[in-house]
Amino acid sequence: MTSTTYAHAPGFVAGDRPQIVTSRFEYDDSYTLERALATDGYAGLRAALGRSATDVHDEVKTATVLGRGGAGFPAGTKWGLTPQAVWPRYLVVNGDESEPGTYKDRLLMERDPHQLIEGCLIACYAAGLSQCFLYIRGEMALAQERVAAALNEAYAAGYVGSNILGSEFSVDIVLHWGAGAYVVGEETALIESLEGNRGMPRLKPPFFPAAIGLYGKPTIVNNVETLANLPWLMRNGAAAYTAIGSATSPGTRMVAVSGHVKRPGVYEIINGTTTFRDLLYSDEFCGGIRDDNELKAFVPGGGSAPWFLPDQLDIPFEGRVIGAAGSMAGSGAVMVMDHTTDIPMAALTLTRFYAHESCGKCTPCREGGTWLMRILDRVVAGQGTQRDLDQLLEVGATICPGDFPHASSERLGIAAVPFPYKMTTICFVGPSAYTPVHSALTLFRDEFEAKLVRRTFIPVTGIPVTAVAQ
Amino acid sequence: MTTTESNDVSSDDSPAVIPDPNAVSVIINGKQFIARQGDLIIKAAEDAGVYIPRFCYHERMSPVGMCRMCLVEVDTGRGPALMPSCMFPVAPGMVVDTESPVSKAAQEGVIELLLANHPLDCPVCDKGGECPLQDQSFSHGPGESRYVEEKRHYEKPIPISELVFLDRERCILCDRCTRFADEVAGDALIHFTSRGNTTQVITFPDEPFSSYFSGNTVQICPVGALTAKPYRFKARPWDLEEAESTCTSCAVGCRIAVQSSRDELLRYQGVDSDPVNWGWLCDKGRFGFEGIKHDDRLTTPLVRTAQGHEATSWNAASAAAVQLITDAIAAGGASSVAVLGGARGNNEDAFAWARLAHDVIGTPNVSAQFADGLPVGVLGMPRATIDETAAAPTVILLAPDLKEELPVLYLRLRDAAVKHRSRVIEFAPKASGLTRYAWRTVFYEPGTQAEAVRAALATTDIAAQVAMGDVVIVVGRANLAESSAPTVAALHALVAALPNARVLPALRRGNVMGAISVGMRPGKGGLDSRGILNAAADGKIECLILVGADPLADVPDGDLARRAMAGARRIIAVDTFINASSALADVVFPAAAYAEKSGTTTNIEGRVTTLAQKVTVTGTSRPDWMVAGDLALRLGTDLGFRSVDDITASIAATVDGFEDVTPLALAHAPNGVLTSVVVMEPVVTPSIVLAERNSYDFRLVVSRKLYDQAIGTSTSPSLSPLAPGGAVFVHSLDVARVGSAIGASVKVSTPKATIVLPLAADDSVQRGTAWIPFNQSGANPGDLIDAAAIVTDVRIESI
Repeated sequence: MTSTTYAHAPGFVAGDRPQIVTSRFEYDDSYTLERALATDGYAGLRAALGRSATDVHDEVKTATVLGRGGAGFPAGTKWGLTPQAVWPRYLVVNGDESEPGTYKDRLLMERDPHQLIEGCLIACYAAGLSQCFLYIRGEMALAQERVAAALNEAYAAGYVGSNILGSEFSVDIVLHWGAGAYVVGEETALIESLEGNRGMPRLKPPFFPAAIGLYGKPTIVNNVETLANLPWLMRNGAAAYTAIGSATSPGTRMVAVSGHVKRPGVYEIINGTTTFRDLLYSDEFCGGIRDDNELKAFVPGGGSAPWFLPDQLDIPFEGRVIGAAGSMAGSGAVMVMDHTTDIPMAALTLTRFYAHESCGKCTPCREGGTWLMRILDRVVAGQGTQRDLDQLLEVGATICPGDFPHASSERLGIAAVPFPYKMTTICFVGPSAYTPVHSALTLFRDEFEAKLVRRTFIPVTGIPVTAVAQ
Repeated sequence: MTTTESNDVSSDDSPAVIPDPNAVSVIINGKQFIARQGDLIIKAAEDAGVYIPRFCYHERMSPVGMCRMCLVEVDTGRGPALMPSCMFPVAPGMVVDTESPVSKAAQEGVIELLLANHPLDCPVCDKGGECPLQDQSFSHGPGESRYVEEKRHYEKPIPISELVFLDRERCILCDRCTRFADEVAGDALIHFTSRGNTTQVITFPDEPFSSYFSGNTVQICPVGALTAKPYRFKARPWDLEEAESTCTSCAVGCRIAVQSSRDELLRYQGVDSDPVNWGWLCDKGRFGFEGIKHDDRLTTPLVRTAQGHEATSWNAASAAAVQLITDAIAAGGASSVAVLGGARGNNEDAFAWARLAHDVIGTPNVSAQFADGLPVGVLGMPRATIDETAAAPTVILLAPDLKEELPVLYLRLRDAAVKHRSRVIEFAPKASGLTRYAWRTVFYEPGTQAEAVRAALATTDIAAQVAMGDVVIVVGRANLAESSAPTVAALHALVAALPNARVLPALRRGNVMGAISVGMRPGKGGLDSRGILNAAADGKIECLILVGADPLADVPDGDLARRAMAGARRIIAVDTFINASSALADVVFPAAAYAEKSGTTTNIEGRVTTLAQKVTVTGTSRPDWMVAGDLALRLGTDLGFRSVDDITASIAATVDGFEDVTPLALAHAPNGVLTSVVVMEPVVTPSIVLAERNSYDFRLVVSRKLYDQAIGTSTSPSLSPLAPGGAVFVHSLDVARVGSAIGASVKVSTPKATIVLPLAADDSVQRGTAWIPFNQSGANPGDLIDAAAIVTDVRIESI
C-alpha cells in the first residue's frame, strides 16, 4: 500500500485503520480527476446537492468536524455564525500552512486536490457562501500546480462554476498564492493579504471574519484538512464519522511527525484515542526514536506549542487533554528531540523563526521577539549570564503576562500549568517566540546554566576582562 | 460624560424619565461613569478624566491597536483581561482598571520595549520636550531599561519629500503617519516595508511623499521620527510661546497655534477645531510663516520721487496720500477714487477701509475681489456650513479643484465621500483632486456648465440622488479663463431645480468673505472689480487704492490689469512687500503681516474666528485699519477706532449678520461664531451667448495650483521650489493634433496675444480643452484672457 513518492512522508502506513482523507494517497495518479472519479470522487458533492443545505449543515454539526488548523473550533458551528442576510459571503480556504513542523495540508493539496475542491463546494453549499478563495502558501509550488490543474479539470467537467451538476447551486473558486509570510496563516492576516494589503492581523473583535471578513463581508475561513473531511462525511454520514475517534474529537486527524524518529512523515491517526506513545513508537507509525535513542522532549502541536516530556507520552492526541497537560494540539505537528539534542539551540532555532516572522505590528512581538532571540543567541554562544536567563522570562512576561503553560515533570517535581496563556499581542506569533524559550528554560534550565559564562576572576576597571566559556 | 447621580425626584406626577438610549454605564478605576454608546474605552476614560497612555491611537483616524500601549484590564463579566482600550467600545457594566498591577505591568513592558531600540538622542531631537514617548516614559514607564543589546541602525535622517525628513531609528512604528497618508490625505505614499524587527516606514522607490498634507504627519508623529525642514533644529519646544489663531492662507479658516521664540515665528501647528479643520493643515498654510520674516518685507513707508521710491516717515507718507486723495476728488469727484483689496487682511482692516472709502471719501467703487471671484449676491444665498456640507447626502461641486485651492475643505469632503456620508456630484472642466471620490463627475466644456447641469439633473440616477435629502452646492470659479457668468448660470440652473439646496462659496482668498461682508464691496451704483479696472484703464480713476492687492498678479486678464495700472492717475498701496503693483504706487504704506496683528477673520461658511498677534511688526509697519483710521482723521473724520476690539465691537454693532460676533462672544467660542446670511443684492441670471468653438481651437482652462508665485509662497524658501512651473497641458490624445513633442515649446495664441509655453500631456484635461496653471513661472496665461469674453479659445501651434 505504501507509495514512495516522498521518502520523508510515507504518510499512510495504513494498517487496518480507517482512512478518511488519505484514501487516495496510495495511487500515483491520486491528484487526477480520473482517479478521483474512479474512487468515489465528487460522490459526496452529489449526495450533498441531493439534500437541502440546512440538512447538510446539520449533518456536519452532528458529526462535530473540528477545525484542523489549530484552534479546533467545530466547523458546523463556525458556519452558523455568519449573519444570514448579508451578501456576498465568502469561503476562504487557509492553505497557508507555515507552522514549523506542519506539512499535512501540503500533502492533502498535492496528493488529493479534488478532495479539497469537493470539500469547498460542500461547505459553500451548506453554509450558503457565494464564492470561494483558495489561498495556498507561496512556497508550495507543487501544491499550487496540482490544485490549479485539478481546478481546471473540475471546471471543465462542470463540478465548479455555474449550475453545478445541473443544480441551482453555483460557486466559483479563485486561487491565490501567498507571498511568503508565516503570519498570513492567521485568518485575519490572510484576509488582509487576500485583499492585497500587507499581511497584518486584524483585531478580533470587531473583525471576526464570520461577521466582517474579506472585503468587509461575512467570511468563513476553514483549514484544508477540515474541508477534506467533508466528502467522506457526505458519503458515509455523521454516524459513521463519529464512530471513529473519541466522543469529543471524532474522525481522524493528520499528524506530521518530524525530528528524531525512525520514520518521520504524515500519518492519519484516530482522533482523540491514538496516544503519543503509539505515534512515536508503534510500527504502524514512526517506529521509535532514531538509533533507539532516548526521547528527551517533543513538541506536540507545531513549533508554537509548549513542549512535552516523556512524562506525557501516554496522552491521547486530543486538544482538550493536551491543553490540560500544558500544551496545545495546534496544527498537528509533532517534533521529536532525542537525548542528543542541544536544548538551548533548539529553542533558539524556533525563537529565531518567530522573531523573523513577526509582522511588525504589535510592539511586544516586534521588539520582544527579537530581544529574546538576541539574549538566547548570547547564551548559546557561551556569553550568557545567570541574569540573562531571568531576563528571558521577564521579557517573555511582557508578551505573555501571568502564568505560562508548561508540562508537568516528575524529575523536576513540577505540576502542569494548563493552556492557554494571556497575551499582549493581537495574534499568536508574539507568544510563539516565547513558547520554546519558556518550555526549554522551565524543563531544562540546567542545560542553559551549563552554557553560562564562568569568570575566573572579578573584572577590575582598566584591566581587560578575560571571559572563559566553559 | 458625567458621573451618575441618583435621581431624587420620584413623585408620581413627575414626567417619566426616558433613559438615554446612548448612555452606557461603565466603571472606570472604581468610579461609575455614563459613557456614550460606541465610544472607545480610551476615549470614554479620557472624558472621565482618566488618561490611558497611547501612541498609535488618534481620535481622527481609525484605531489599529498597533502599539499596545493602551492595554488595560477590562472585565466584561468574564473576569479581567488585558484589552487594547483603543479598539474596544464601552459596553454596559464594563469594569475598567487602568491602574491595576496587570495594567501597569503591561504598560511598563511596552514602554521598555519601545525604548529598547529607540535612540536616546533626546538632547538633539526636535521632539524632545513635547514628545509623547518621553512624557509617557516618565508617567507610565518602568524608569530603567534592562536592554543591553545593540540598537537598530538605519541611515538617519533621510528626506522623504521636499519638506519632511524621516529618522527610522526613532520611529516606533505606530502607523499614525502611514494611516494619515492613506486614510485622511488619500496620498498613500508612505508605508511599512520589511517585517519583524526591521519593519520600517518608507516611501515607494522614486516616489517622494509629495502630499499637500505631509506636514500633518510631523505634527502627529509621537516621536521625533518625522521632522519638517522649516523647523528642524530651530528651537527647543520649551522656548516656544504660542497663541491660538486662524490660518488665512485660504478661506477655510483652519485653527492653528502660532509659535515663536525670541520674537521670531518658527512653527504653526494645527488645532483641532471640530467644525472646521479637525486638526489638519495643508503644507502651504503650515509652512507659509517663512514669508513673514522675509528680508524683503517693507519696513518704512515709501513715496515716489523722481528717483523712484524713497523711504519716508509715516507722517509724510500719510500727508502725501491724503494729498493724492483730495487731489483726485477735486479732479474727478469722490467716485473717481476706487479701493481694491481687503481680502488678505482681517475683518477689522476691511471694515476700517470700507468706512474710509464709503463714508469718508464717499466712493461706491470698492471691491475685495479681482475679477476672479463671484458676484456678491451669491453670498446672500442660503448658506451651508462645512459640517453641514460634509454631512449632506448630496454635495454638488461647481467649484475649482478644492485640493488646490481650499485643501482642508478637500479633506473634509473626501472624508464624507469615503465614509459614505455624502455622494459628491462634480461638474468640472477638468478632473480634480476629488474626482476619484466623486459619485458622478460631469465634465463640461468651459462655458457650457449650465447645460451640463440641466442635462445631468434630467438623468434618473442623479435626479433620484438629489431627492434623497439635503443638497449643498459648493460654488466657485473653476476656470479663470472664463467669466463668472457661466458659473452663475449653472448655479441658477441648480437652484431652480433644487430650491432647498444651500450654497457653500468656494472663494479662495483668506478673508474674502469677511471683507465683502463688512463692506469691501461696491456701494449703490458702484463698480465691481472688473468695472474699476476698466474705468482705470479708460483713465477715469483719479486715485486707485490697493489694500493688500496686487492686480498685476491676481487679475486673470493680464492685459486689463496692466492697462488699469497704467491708466490710474494716482496709486496708493498698502502692502507687506514691493510687488509688481505696489512698485507702481505713488505712496506705499508698509502693512503688518499675519501674526503681526490681531483681529478676526471670516471663513467661507461665514464663521468668524480670532487672529492672534504673536510677533512684533516688521520695521514700522502698521495694521491696515490703523492706516485707514489715520487717513480718515486727516480727511476730517474720526472713525473712532482706538483698538482692534473697538472695531470688532463696531462691526458687531453695525454690520448685518455680525450681531453675535462680539469680542466677548469670540473670547468664549474657540470654534468661532457663525454670522448669519445677509441678502446683499439679487443675483442676476446672466444670459450667455456662446460662440461655437472652432474645431481647430482648444477651449482654455486656467486655474490655480496650491503652490504658485503668489507672494506668500514665493517668499517662503521651503515652499517656493514646490511650484510646478508653467506649461500648457492637453489630453494625451490631443498631443498629436498640436504636432509638437511633449516638453517642446509651443505657441499658445488668441487674437489678442501669443505666449510660448512648454507642451505637456495630462489626462485630467478633457479633450478639446487646454489647461494652463495660473501664476506660475514662464509666460503668463493671463495675457490670453479677456475679462469681457465669456470663454477663451486658444490655438496651440508648434514653433
